Order: sequence, then C-alpha cells, then structure tokens
Amino acid sequence: MFGDYSIGDLGSIFVMQGFAGLILFSVYVLMALGLAIIFGQMGVINMAHGEFMILGAYVTWMTSNFFQSYLPSLFSGYFFLAMVLAFLASGALGMLVEWMLIRHLYKRPLDTLLATWGLSLMLQQAYRSIFGAREVGVELPQWMLGSLHVTDAIEVPINGVFVMGLTVLITIGVAYIMFRSRWGRQVRAVVQNRIMAGAVGINTAKVDRYTFALGCGIAGVAGSAFTMIGSTGPTSGQLYIVDTFLVVVFGGAASLLGTIASAFSISQTQSTLEFFMSGSMAKVLTLLAVVGILMLRPQGLFALKVRK
Amino acid sequence: MNDSRFATRSELIGILVLAVLLVVILPLCLDVFRLNLVAKYLTYAFVALGLVICWGYGGILSLGQGVFFGLGGYCMAMFLKLEASSVENTKIQSTPGIPDFMDWNQITALPFFWKPFHSLTFTIAAVILVPGIFALIIGAAMFKRRVGGTYFAIITQAVAAILTILIVGQQGYTGGINGMTDLRTLKGWDIRPDHAKVVLYFFEVGLLFACIFIAQFVRHSKLGRILVAMRDQEDRVRFSGYSVANFKIFAFCIAAIFAAIGGAMFALNVGFMSPSFVGIVPSIEMVIYTAVGGRLSILGAVYGTILVNFAKTSLSESFPELWLFGLGGLFIAVVLAFPNGLAGIWGDYVQPRISKLIGTRKPKSDWTDNSVADGAPAE
Repeated sequence: MFGDYSIGDLGSIFVMQGFAGLILFSVYVLMALGLAIIFGQMGVINMAHGEFMILGAYVTWMTSNFFQSYLPSLFSGYFFLAMVLAFLASGALGMLVEWMLIRHLYKRPLDTLLATWGLSLMLQQAYRSIFGAREVGVELPQWMLGSLHVTDAIEVPINGVFVMGLTVLITIGVAYIMFRSRWGRQVRAVVQNRIMAGAVGINTAKVDRYTFALGCGIAGVAGSAFTMIGSTGPTSGQLYIVDTFLVVVFGGAASLLGTIASAFSISQTQSTLEFFMSGSMAKVLTLLAVVGILMLRPQGLFALKVRK
Repeated sequence: MNDSRFATRSELIGILVLAVLLVVILPLCLDVFRLNLVAKYLTYAFVALGLVICWGYGGILSLGQGVFFGLGGYCMAMFLKLEASSVENTKIQSTPGIPDFMDWNQITALPFFWKPFHSLTFTIAAVILVPGIFALIIGAAMFKRRVGGTYFAIITQAVAAILTILIVGQQGYTGGINGMTDLRTLKGWDIRPDHAKVVLYFFEVGLLFACIFIAQFVRHSKLGRILVAMRDQEDRVRFSGYSVANFKIFAFCIAAIFAAIGGAMFALNVGFMSPSFVGIVPSIEMVIYTAVGGRLSILGAVYGTILVNFAKTSLSESFPELWLFGLGGLFIAVVLAFPNGLAGIWGDYVQPRISKLIGTRKPKSDWTDNSVADGAPAE
C-alpha cells in the first residue's frame, strides 16, 4: 500500500487528504451543529434537515444570480448577504414547520421521524418543480478562486479555507449562544427539566420553537457554505443526512464538543482511506467503524452525565 | 370472550375476506400483468407484517427492513443467477459458467461465497438464516445495551446505507447498481411465462397466509402481550423479571425473516434484484405501508401495502410530479391524524355502523385499548 511512495510524497498525500478531510469536516460540522441542537437538545429527529440545508443553498444561488444581473459591482461581497438570507429563510421555514407539525409530536419521537421524512419528500419535490431537477452551481467571486501555494506538492484551495474559517466562526457563535447567553441557559434548562423550567417562568413552547428555528437556520447557513465547494440539486441534502445523524450520535447527542470531535474523526478517516481504496469502500469502512463503536458505546464519545 | 389461542371470530372473518380477495377475486378480475404487479406489492406486505410485530407491538422502529428484504432477495437471486449462467448459456463469455456481471468485471472464477448457492436447499436455508442471524447480531448488540427508540432507528438506517454502498461498490461480486438481472429458471422451470407467474402468485399468497398465521399466533400468545407491555412500560416489564432484550431481539428477528421471505419472493416474481430495494428510501417507504394500514393491525398491513403501492403505480404513471407530494403528505397525515391507519378508521367509523346495521352488539376491538395516539413517553 505504501511501497510506491517516498516519505515526502506520503507526507504531502496525508496533508492534501487531510485538507480534503477538513473540508468534509466543515460540511459535517455545519450540518451537525443544527442537528445537534435539534436532536441533542430537543430529542426531535429532523429527517428534513438536509432539505433545510438545500434551501439555504438555493437562496444563496438566487442571491448570486440577483447580484450578477443587477449589482455586478458588489458581486464580490454577495456571499455575506446570501448567508444572512439563507439563515432567515431556513429559520422561518423551521419555525413554520415547528408550529404546524413538530409541536404536536414531542411525545412521539419515532413519529416525528416519519413525519419529517414526509416533509423532506415534499420539499424535495418542491425544489424539483421550482428549480428544476438539474444541479445548480453558483459563480464564485474572483477572490475565492485559485489556491494557496504552500510547498511544491501542497496546494490549498482558497474557497476551502474560507469555508473552514466560516465553520469555526459559526461554531464559536453557536457555543456562545448556547453556553453564554440568557436564551441558551433557558434552552438548557428546558432540556434538563421541562416542568421545572416552566415552573420558574420560562416559556417552554417558545423556547422549543426558537431552538428548532435556530437549528434550521444554521442548516441554511451550512447550505450556503456548501455552495462554495459543490453544486446543489434537489436531493443533495438526503446524501448527507444519515452521515450527519451518525456524526451527532457518535459524538454523544447533547454535547457540542463531542459533535465536533466525531465530525473530525469521521471525516479524516474517510478522506484518508479514500486515497488508498475506492471511495465507496472507504465510506463503508468508516461507517462500519462508527456503527461498531456505537454498538460498544451507545452513549457516544462524550456523554453528558445527567440524572434521568 | 371467544378469544381462542389464535384469533377472535371477527379476525377469522377478516382473514377469510382477505383470502377470498387474494385467491379468488383478484386472479379472476386482473390480467396476468396486473396480477404480477399485485404479486410484487405482496412481497412488501411480508415486510409490513414483520413491522407490525416489531414496530406496532414491540415498539421498535427499524428503518433498515430493506436490508433484510435485500438479503433474502439477493440469496434467492444468487441461486437463480447461477442457474441462468450455466456453461452453455454463457459460452460467449471469456469465462463461461459464471454470472455475466462477473465476466464484465474481469473475474475469472466463481467467488467462494457464491459456490453453495448452486444448491436450492442451501439457498432456502440462507434466505431465512442469513437475515435472521444478521438481525440477531444487530439486535443482541443493541438491545442488550438498552439502546432503543430513535437511536436504534438511526443505526438501522446507517446499516441500510452501508449495505447499499457495499453492494453498489462491489460490482464484480454483486452486480453493482444494476443488480442481478435476467433470472430465468428455478430448477429447470421457467419463471418468466404467464402461467409461471400465476403459479408463483398463488405460492406467494400461500406463504403470506402462513406468515399471517404466525403473526396471529405471536399476537395472541403470552409473548405478544409481553411485547405490548414492553412497548408501553418497558421498566415495569423488566422489574417483573422478564428479559426485555430477548423479547426485543425475537421481535426484530421475526420481522427480519418475514422481510427476507418477501425479498426472496420478489426475486422470483419480478425476476431481478437490485440495491434500489435495500437502501434508506425503500426501507422508510416500507414503514409507511405499515403505518397506512395501521401499525397494530396484521391484516391492515397487507391492505396498506397494496393500497399505497397501487396509488404509487397509478399516480406515478399519470402524474409523476404529484407522487412525492402525495407520499410525503401521506406520511404526515398518517402520523398526525390517523396514528392507527386504515385499521383505525375501519374500527372507529365503519365497523360500528355495520354492527348497527346487522344489529349485533359491537365487539370491543383490540386496537382501541392499545391505541398509539398517546404514544410512548419521550425518552
């Protein structure tokens, strides 16, 4: 396996694959963050999470088209506006879905899973009817093209670096909201003891709705970032949903740190293996390892010690 | 109470009605093409039946039933494929006597795990045992550690994803994304002409009723009552001294074996097997058949499967755009408005009227007292 490469080559390979893994890691983290909030904090399985992400991607695509046609001078900065719009669009849709669907099902987590799956089918078909079945890609602004030249063998694409930076920022933001803000404290209180939280005056129904909306909004931002590195189609979201759930479960459902650690290990394993075998076998091995570890340690990597 | 070991009188009437429908009415009314479509639908009914036991009674939602459907189907398809690739049928290949897709992938000898599938006895055993043992391993690993509910659903879903990727990736051994096509004969008996399809249909209906009887038996035995008790108050059952994990493993294995029988019949009836029946999407679709029929109703699962598939075929023939909206809406409607599916609607609205018309007192039907409308408490 290693015989044909020199040490230096191998080093570059690992760095390059490691970097490819980091991009995958960013996508996983961005998707898993929203899911970790919704699943980890609320216990709701949102199978339509991928479709919320794709909504963000389509919003970004529309914004980029709008800027191209009407405001070409500001095109280099469109992405920042697109991200905000994606957050708002997905968040608003999330709030609507919570109000119409999810809030009736909090006591039946398995049924939520089926209902949100139905929702994801409808959203997919809606995207297909509105945007067409073909994948769309956004035009990247000039400054995001090209790559950083590190050494002769190692080149790093700028859009990848940008997406990673974005991931770090969003992660810090989410951690701040969850652990430092008053609202995050309310969310965690509701998670730990809903009845007591209600008794001390927290509006638990409202907290639920905003938590769900925040998770969906982050998915929208994830979709927005996703357009920087890949094209978007009506079913792109479904490709990632199982992986993302595994990331969240593997990390330990209620732990943000665990989510990040598991996203890192899964994406790095997969992209490193991908170099040495076919992509499908790399994926099979990675997923098998994750499922195997989960069977031995069902609570995931980082389990919160909470009295049930 | 006229509750025998096996079925109440109203259930027996229900089974009889279904039998008349499947054995007499449908074969008389439909041409062979449509009858074969019904046969295809009924293969999913096996899966739905298993889900009634596993999900409806046991409260274990498996989103990986496609895995077992696929394993059973692939076992059967491997046997049929080997028979179809006899040396004289495959003279033009560079290695005669192996399946065509292996030849295309430059494989020159039959892989070792294919060899036993020359024997029909081994194949039939494998159809039952491979998925059964696989389910046993997954079930034992998960339930012994008290993993359940949503976690279990996600893990089974991941297993479905893994198996699909594996089958698609290992094209030389499995036929890849196309699956195993061009299955011809079963022990020299051609399965493709019309009369063979009819024979296979009746054989399948016979098997289906065997499975219905097994399900009825499970339901009316003490085992079935423990399953329901476990679904509703797992801790109390555990504290009463029952091994909850073993009952769950049993329910999961039965569901897996039913699904595998369905898969094997699918390979026989439809004449091919492909990974598109293994993955996440078909697995969840199989759950909706059960949900539409009524997750607590054994016969409802059969009706639900036939109706949803019939709607799918006719809607996607005429309005392909609408089908996904319809299916998605069905998921949401069943969950929000009719948690007991068709069987619940029947028991709530139709049966009382009929009883009134005939003038008998309404027998208290089973599903009302273990309705799922309140559901299991959140974990």
